[in-house]
Amino acid sequence: MKLRVERDSFSDAVAWAARILPQKAALPVLAGLRLEVGPDGALELSGFDYEVSAQAQLEATVAEAGSILVPGRLLAEIVRSLPPQPIDLSTDGARVVVSCGSSRFTLPTLPLDEYPTLPAMPQVAGTVGSDAFAAAVAAVAIAAGRDDALPVLTGIRVEIDGEQVTLAATDRYRLAVRTLKWAPVDPGMQATALVPARTLAEAAKSLTSGAEVTLSLSAGGPGEGLIGLSGAQRSTTSRLLDGEFPKYRSLLPDSSSATATIDSAALTDAVRRVALVASRTSPIRLSFSPDGVSLEAGGVDEAEAQESLPAEFEGEALTIAFNATYLLDGLGSLDSDEATLAFTGPTKPAVLTGKTGSDGGTDHRYLLMPVRLSS
Amino acid sequence: MSRRQLERDGTPLNLPGDDTGCHVLHADMDAFFASVELRERPELKGQPVIVGGRGGRGVVLAATYEARRFGIHSAMPMSRALRLNPTVTVIEPHHTKYSEASRGVMEIFRSITPIVEPLSLDEAFLDVAGAGRRLGSPRQIAELIRARVADEQGLPCSVGVATTKFIAKLASSRAKPDGLLVVPGQSVTAFLHPLPIGALWGVGEKTEEVLTRLGLRTIGDIAATSESTLVAAVGQAAGSHLHALAWGRDERHVTAHEPDRSIGAEETFGHDVADVAVIRRELLRLSERCAARLRASGQVGRTVSIKIRFADFRTITRSRTLKEPTDVTRVVYDTARSLHEALNADGELLRLVGVRIEGLSSAEETPHQLALAGGEDEWRAAEHAIDLATARFGNGAVRPAALVDKDAGGSAKRNEP
Repeated sequence: MKLRVERDSFSDAVAWAARILPQKAALPVLAGLRLEVGPDGALELSGFDYEVSAQAQLEATVAEAGSILVPGRLLAEIVRSLPPQPIDLSTDGARVVVSCGSSRFTLPTLPLDEYPTLPAMPQVAGTVGSDAFAAAVAAVAIAAGRDDALPVLTGIRVEIDGEQVTLAATDRYRLAVRTLKWAPVDPGMQATALVPARTLAEAAKSLTSGAEVTLSLSAGGPGEGLIGLSGAQRSTTSRLLDGEFPKYRSLLPDSSSATATIDSAALTDAVRRVALVASRTSPIRLSFSPDGVSLEAGGVDEAEAQESLPAEFEGEALTIAFNATYLLDGLGSLDSDEATLAFTGPTKPAVLTGKTGSDGGTDHRYLLMPVRLSS
Repeated sequence: MSRRQLERDGTPLNLPGDDTGCHVLHADMDAFFASVELRERPELKGQPVIVGGRGGRGVVLAATYEARRFGIHSAMPMSRALRLNPTVTVIEPHHTKYSEASRGVMEIFRSITPIVEPLSLDEAFLDVAGAGRRLGSPRQIAELIRARVADEQGLPCSVGVATTKFIAKLASSRAKPDGLLVVPGQSVTAFLHPLPIGALWGVGEKTEEVLTRLGLRTIGDIAATSESTLVAAVGQAAGSHLHALAWGRDERHVTAHEPDRSIGAEETFGHDVADVAVIRRELLRLSERCAARLRASGQVGRTVSIKIRFADFRTITRSRTLKEPTDVTRVVYDTARSLHEALNADGELLRLVGVRIEGLSSAEETPHQLALAGGEDEWRAAEHAIDLATARFGNGAVRPAALVDKDAGGSAKRNEP
């Protein structure tokens, strides 16, 4: 194999495909990044760890076609630090030479015949705007669990109902649900999938260079489900999670006893300030009344903080306490200059919503369980 | 009961001075578990009696002074004690009785002064600086304590009276059994210096070996050695500490104890165990025990730790702090089990496992992050129901299915520190 590539696009592609490679690979070949070049001048980079695969394509000037497997993270680091000049790659027996300007690196290659076959991209299900999709996934992923002991909760539930996609995630303390419009291949499509939240969030975020992302889905039996995302010369697949996602729709209350609407930036700043005196386990307390909202944290033997904000309030006055981080996560995911909190009681979930999105197609709800204060 | 008790050697002590300024008392029950048992078995008074498990790995938990004459002492393997005197009366321990007696004794102490620092079930420091006007001189207060403990609890205790904790503790050992010793401020060095170095707080077997190699036999020898020599021999912290103590200097105050800092239970297996299923079952049982004690005391804990002792006595502990304080058996067990799994110690022979919950706080006063339906809050409700059944029908009325079989043939001995 012998070829020349443009430095910046090569660096981006390598970084993108190598990002999924494990720090410590279960098998040595899984630390490898496969470089494959056809006579047509397209270079394809592939990484795979049996859970997630990532592929990137770019143009190259090819002198000799071929395939090699190289240590992926090392190649990414080298390429990132190279000067802005064309990069030459060529094999030399079992080694590969990377040269750029006056720099020259020689890397060992890994045995390509031991490298697993990447999963085929499943059948295309539809397309979605890349920025809206990335924003939706990020807003929902914050509510996903991080405890591997409860794998179902580390996922984002994707529900497709015709032209609507609903994303939901919960760690049992909060639940984020967002619905957005998309363009399915089959307008009557009905499907669900549970996708690892971190993988989906990273993939969605890194696929925003094109206007659209193509979603592909295959259900398969347990352990065989696969989701694919592709856009502008990048594609990735992830294995789906198995297991039953909680029946979250019944958790969303259909009525409320009080609602408060507050400037979301002002509330975020106030929560951040007041939370400075709240220890990791102690909550911040919010008292709502027609006069507005007053925030408090800390206690008699510790530092205390207090702050008041105007709020449009309707209903019965109440005091409710939240974990400050969970509340801030929710406010950060709203994407709106106004936040509305709906309550049914101090030990019942509160629902945080923003103004309906400007595109008219976005609906976001963040359900937050309160902290029960000492009696 | 310290490992190295100073027996009375019979030589009368001549300690000039009075009890002025001796506001620290160390009260120590004599052969506590044995004395508690003898309350119900008065016919055994004056005879060699030991309390301890008879199982293969039982140890002596307490021995009457009559039994000690045969060389028997606490922490000695039961088999060895029985070789020393095969006719000694052995009584199986009854821990609830001891905790109850201990509570009674500590209540007496707290009625004397609010500044009581319990060291274990059967000993405590008291600071009586503020009780003088009400109750008399430190010596009189010590007499009062001994009389009240004998009267109200029917138990003997010894009290040391001194200006510092360290001397008070030595004085009570020297006063045993059933005695009282005041070490006046001006007689501290006269009392201290003839004692063997092993009597110093912080001198274990290794330090003792090092110091003996330097030719130091008594505390007086240590006092006469320069601090720098001590530091060179045993290290900076230990060296300075020993030097100060040898001159009777001890800066520590008596501090009234907060409620329990932790709740734990451990189990020494009858035989070393490698079977993961058996170990997990034990972790579950210990988790249940700790969590039930938390619930009974109205507390929640934030950190779960496990202790593992391998067959070769290597001992390790591992802990994890939870997101939310808990009193739920299920959560304690899941954490203990995952800590055990993370050790990758499969197949290794274990001698002991323990579970401990730390970072305790009152359940009432601790904010609790509520969860959406399902999970922890429901386990909590179920376990509170179990606690009620247990209160009504006795221990083990309702328990995890995994624990049901084993109790039929339980052969292991339980230590509850």
